Amino acid sequence: MQRYSGFALAKHALSHHENWQRQWRSPEPKKAYDVIIVGGGGHGLATAYYLAKEFGVKNVAVIEKGWLGGGNTARNTTIVRSNYLWDEAAALYEHSMKLWEGLSQDLNYNVMFSQRGVLNLGHTLQDMRDIQRRVNANRLNGIDGEVLDAAGVQKLVPIMDCSRHARYPVLGASWQPRAGVARHDAVAWGFARGADAHGVDILQQTEVTGFKIRDGRILGVHTNRGDIEAKTVGCVAAGNSGVLAKMAGIKLPLESHPLQALVSEPLKPVLDTVVMSNHVHGYISQSDKGDLVIGAGIDGYNGYGQRGSYPTVEHTLQAIVEMFPIFSRVRMNRQWGGIVDTCPDACPILSKTAVKGLYFNCGWGTGGFKATPGSGHAFAASLAKGEMHPLAAPFAIDRFHSGALIDEHGAAGVAH
Amino acid sequence: MFHIFCPHCEELREEEEFHPKGQAHIVRPADPESCSDEAWGDYLFFRDNPRGNHHELWVHAVGCRKFFNMTRNTQTYEILETYKIGESPRVTAAGSEAPAAGAAGVDSRCPEEVRA
Repeated sequence: MQRYSGFALAKHALSHHENWQRQWRSPEPKKAYDVIIVGGGGHGLATAYYLAKEFGVKNVAVIEKGWLGGGNTARNTTIVRSNYLWDEAAALYEHSMKLWEGLSQDLNYNVMFSQRGVLNLGHTLQDMRDIQRRVNANRLNGIDGEVLDAAGVQKLVPIMDCSRHARYPVLGASWQPRAGVARHDAVAWGFARGADAHGVDILQQTEVTGFKIRDGRILGVHTNRGDIEAKTVGCVAAGNSGVLAKMAGIKLPLESHPLQALVSEPLKPVLDTVVMSNHVHGYISQSDKGDLVIGAGIDGYNGYGQRGSYPTVEHTLQAIVEMFPIFSRVRMNRQWGGIVDTCPDACPILSKTAVKGLYFNCGWGTGGFKATPGSGHAFAASLAKGEMHPLAAPFAIDRFHSGALIDEHGAAGVAH
Repeated sequence: MFHIFCPHCEELREEEEFHPKGQAHIVRPADPESCSDEAWGDYLFFRDNPRGNHHELWVHAVGCRKFFNMTRNTQTYEILETYKIGESPRVTAAGSEAPAAGAAGVDSRCPEEVRA
């Protein structure tokens, strides 16, 4: 792998930047691998990267039916934070946050991680009580957080309407200064380049059509490019996890919903942090390019259509304009939807299954992007050792039968 | 935007009058106390989530406020039929598990194919 640096940039300028190495190969599938990862999004590529780099499993394939990061990795609003309420979730997301903080250096790829802070607004007395409880829980878990009143919020975001006259007045917020945003495409590409450099085969345009299972053990996958053998298979397919599980004869407690986002025309810098509101239901940040990145709620019905409904856009923009009257005449450029696999308790599933050697990493629902490195790291550790990593163990699928749910609906940011 | 035929109002109305309420035809266990953890967890949390035809429960929230069922394709978003609670769907194609068969003869089918 050619390393990126200022020196390399100057050197390649001499040949008009026409001789850069391709970031990853497009190899032919081998007959067998030690581990197959199904799904070439951020989480799948991160899993492959950490498997090869940290856990010494280099004979790995990532199988992707479309192109890398073409699903939810490229369809989210890029918010990264770790201010979750419960110990299990906080530990997993904070593990991820710590990896984010060194990710660009680790990958030698600029993921443009910008710790500009995230505000979670409170609009009612109960909101503020919940925020106080969550921030206290965060601090006990070693995660940064502060409770701000309306004046404190106004100081951070001068353009927001924090007056008492708003339909849902801002009473305060939780503030996580270490949180922020990252460039989503670069995350997928950086992990892909890193994994490829450690010998991982990335197989795009390769669709898994079935699993080879004998005597309750996984032996490999059927694909449109032939059968590939592996004794360990990890499925990281977000919205399509249920479809894969069905092929393996497993049922998951997931429902797939469209979650949409939209961006405006580019503006001069006007908003230098991330503002989220569960109550009026909108979240917004401004990208380095200048467009406002706005997130909406999920559509209530199940869907695989990768597009969202217009009523949801309308509700979200009503909330945004109510909070930011200055944006009332901003025009929207693009709108899209991703298919999120929502879990009943708004927490992910990282788990073994009834089929030996077949693992699932899914159920991240509306908030998977922030967890990309942590999820990949913990899942890779689990695949390499054949035992779930301590950070992943509480997220086993049997919690839906034992009742040990981790209810993160309050901190999940998107109601569903 | 869906145009949904409410089988109670017998009219096509806009999506915003309705709320989806999840999978239809889920039968509550007759005696929850005697359920195994598996059976109770399955009843509470595990849904079909097909990519294809799906039977859903909807409520006409700002209309007649009555519940009804819908067969809808979760990939094309085509609404195949709507029918009253207690009636059986006409369409039980691949991708969804057919609910227990009841009486046939559903005549509240959507008069035209509508999509998002």
